[in-house]
Amino acid sequence: MSLLHFLRAMWGIVGRELWRFIQQKERFISALVRPLIWLFVFAAGFRNTLGMAIAPPYETYILYEVYITPGLIGMIQLFNGMQSSLTMVYDREMGSMRILLVSPLPRWFLLICKLIAGTAVSILQVYVFLGIAWFYDIQAPLQGYLLILPALILDGLMLGALGLLLSSFIRQLENFAGVMNFVIFPLFFMSTALYPLWKIQESSALLHNLASYNPFSQGVELIRFALYGQFNQQAFIYTLAAFIIFMIAAIIGYTPSKGMMTRKGGD
Amino acid sequence: MTAQALKVEDLSFSYATKKALNNVSFSVAAGECTILLGQNGAGKSTLFSLITRLYDTRAGKIELCGFDVKQQTRLALAKLGVVFQQTTLDLDLTVTQNLRYHAALHGMSRKAANLRIAEELERLNMLERRNEKVRQLNGGHKRRVEIARALLHQPALLLLDEPTVGLDMPSRQAIVEHVHKLASEHQLAVLWATHLIDEVYPEDRLLMLHKGEIKAKGTISDVLQITETDNIGAAFKQIAKETVL
Repeated sequence: MSLLHFLRAMWGIVGRELWRFIQQKERFISALVRPLIWLFVFAAGFRNTLGMAIAPPYETYILYEVYITPGLIGMIQLFNGMQSSLTMVYDREMGSMRILLVSPLPRWFLLICKLIAGTAVSILQVYVFLGIAWFYDIQAPLQGYLLILPALILDGLMLGALGLLLSSFIRQLENFAGVMNFVIFPLFFMSTALYPLWKIQESSALLHNLASYNPFSQGVELIRFALYGQFNQQAFIYTLAAFIIFMIAAIIGYTPSKGMMTRKGGD
Repeated sequence: MTAQALKVEDLSFSYATKKALNNVSFSVAAGECTILLGQNGAGKSTLFSLITRLYDTRAGKIELCGFDVKQQTRLALAKLGVVFQQTTLDLDLTVTQNLRYHAALHGMSRKAANLRIAEELERLNMLERRNEKVRQLNGGHKRRVEIARALLHQPALLLLDEPTVGLDMPSRQAIVEHVHKLASEHQLAVLWATHLIDEVYPEDRLLMLHKGEIKAKGTISDVLQITETDNIGAAFKQIAKETVL
């Protein structure tokens, strides 16, 4: 089994996902509409209610829209990770995942390829969102748009790995509504995406703790700092560790002898 | 000596409390078409999931061209072509895109893939439809594409899990004929799961699976002798009846 085989397979899987994404215009538009509504409607409405103190990485007072932009980037990647998970469950129910799993490649490699593909799609969405936000006068330093890329890759991988892990546990597509209620909403609302930690602390110490240990928060902070040319080491280590843990658990979940595959009795 | 493309030894498998396969042993040689006959729930799909390593083999052993599926998974899977019962094509991609995806998973170069795609589609009279989206094809044509896909990487064993279900008679006949031809002319080993006895050719070997156990195996005359019947349909019924009694 040569390196070339691995590279060709990776290109095959990633290329297919990107192609499918480009073909599905509705998916692209709906992925963009969600954060844009938050930005144009929610953030605009709360601009005067939620005052923002000066806190790193910001060096001056900022508008609420500016604050939640990294949170909305995180939201795009979170939904995308869960969408990939949904696709995995759908593919497994419809049988098309079998063709991937019976190919002569290790499972861990196939899962990583799927993950890279999902992350690439989410990064594409993020840059389009940032482009629109630019015209709405939410502008970060130019180098921030480049420096954000490694943060987006790591955050995308971490949230994608979480999605993969969930997909190894979800038996049927119908159960996916539970993911929405029990994973997406808590992760998003109990995070620093919409309000800074100090503000959460003012209202609840418990919420503050939950938000600080939430890996989604750390991913958002990594992005927030990167966008302003700064490196948040704690957020980086936390996000990386979360990625490794989710990925290992997902690989175990998809290993025939150890994971959920045999117990499902279907696929 | 005939090369064994597939060798299954003492294979057993259970779902929680239900035994799905019990001490199943058989082999399929190159150039041989073996028909796996069994009613719904006989254990055919479980057997296929174990051969393709979708499930873990806990009791017994499966070898593909001498490679242990559990220990040498990748070497074994490289020798295998599969057509699953459900369509596993991406409906929004064209025929060629679907086939290229499969070729990439098997590490084929773009040039080699294009060559093999053209060869296989030509053989199934599907070449002129290569740029159509799979969604636009009828059931029979989709099946043909899946057979072409399973053969792209030139496997030694072709597994087909009830590939003709839901197809009209001419499409069914065309597929049955094509696969038998592949076995005889290209020395391909074929394991074909079905519950339709009219898909059996006189030269085929039979495996009769009922409630997870092989009740009869061998050539058609062997099976008729074991079951003391004079045709496959009667043998099939006899096996089901014996177990009920």
